[in-house]
Amino acid sequence: MRTKAVNEVTLAFPSRSRNEGFARSAAAGFAAQMDPTLNELEDIKTAVSEAVTNAIVHGYPEDIGPVILKIRVLEGNVLELTIKDHGRGIPDVDKARQPMFTTGGEERSGMGFTIMESFMDKVTVRSAVNKGTTVVLRKRLAPRVKK
Amino acid sequence: MEIQVKSADRNLLLELSGELDHHGAQAALRELEEALDAALPRKLVLDLSGLTFMDSSGIAVILRARQKMQLLEGSLLVRGAPPQARRVLDAAGINRLVAIKGG
Repeated sequence: MRTKAVNEVTLAFPSRSRNEGFARSAAAGFAAQMDPTLNELEDIKTAVSEAVTNAIVHGYPEDIGPVILKIRVLEGNVLELTIKDHGRGIPDVDKARQPMFTTGGEERSGMGFTIMESFMDKVTVRSAVNKGTTVVLRKRLAPRVKK
Repeated sequence: MEIQVKSADRNLLLELSGELDHHGAQAALRELEEALDAALPRKLVLDLSGLTFMDSSGIAVILRARQKMQLLEGSLLVRGAPPQARRVLDAAGINRLVAIKGG
């Protein structure tokens, strides 16, 4: 389902772990136009961090490749974040979404998708082996009283 | 990501500050292992009050600390998690595995 975007931005960066912090700040910075609460901003940063880390660790386990972060403000005060990689892909998405499941190293806990689901309203994952993974996160922000 | 290590009488306190994400967790895990190997503590306290951000990478650090303390037959306490880190811990249900004190 395509929903009309009120505003959007697309960023691309190499899958280096130091870009995790950049991706969080960029998402929070763009979401600022929606006048989010501090809690909502933290939720957005946390979910983006998980999705971008997954792309870096699992999309490109042995090399560096592009990660694309698309941020859209949709009608109805909904923020949509799309995190895409052209990496290795996930053979079994349902299994990957289960808590404590991880194929990552010791610095991963297997809780990434659980946290994305807890902090966002909707998490959609599309993946094809050796083609890449796209994660779409949506969150409706609480309407703020106009001054 | 910074870690202050305080050790006395086989009590080890690690004070974590800054952003504990996957990037920071790699260094945090190394420092955790080094500090544990040096102190061989009976009690380990992870103080998270200086964290400005934490994602599931922080859970990996806590679970590694738990595993190491089980090997040492010691105890682990996680304390001082700021609200955002606390919500990550709660979402992961980590309080079922590890003692967590305070907000």
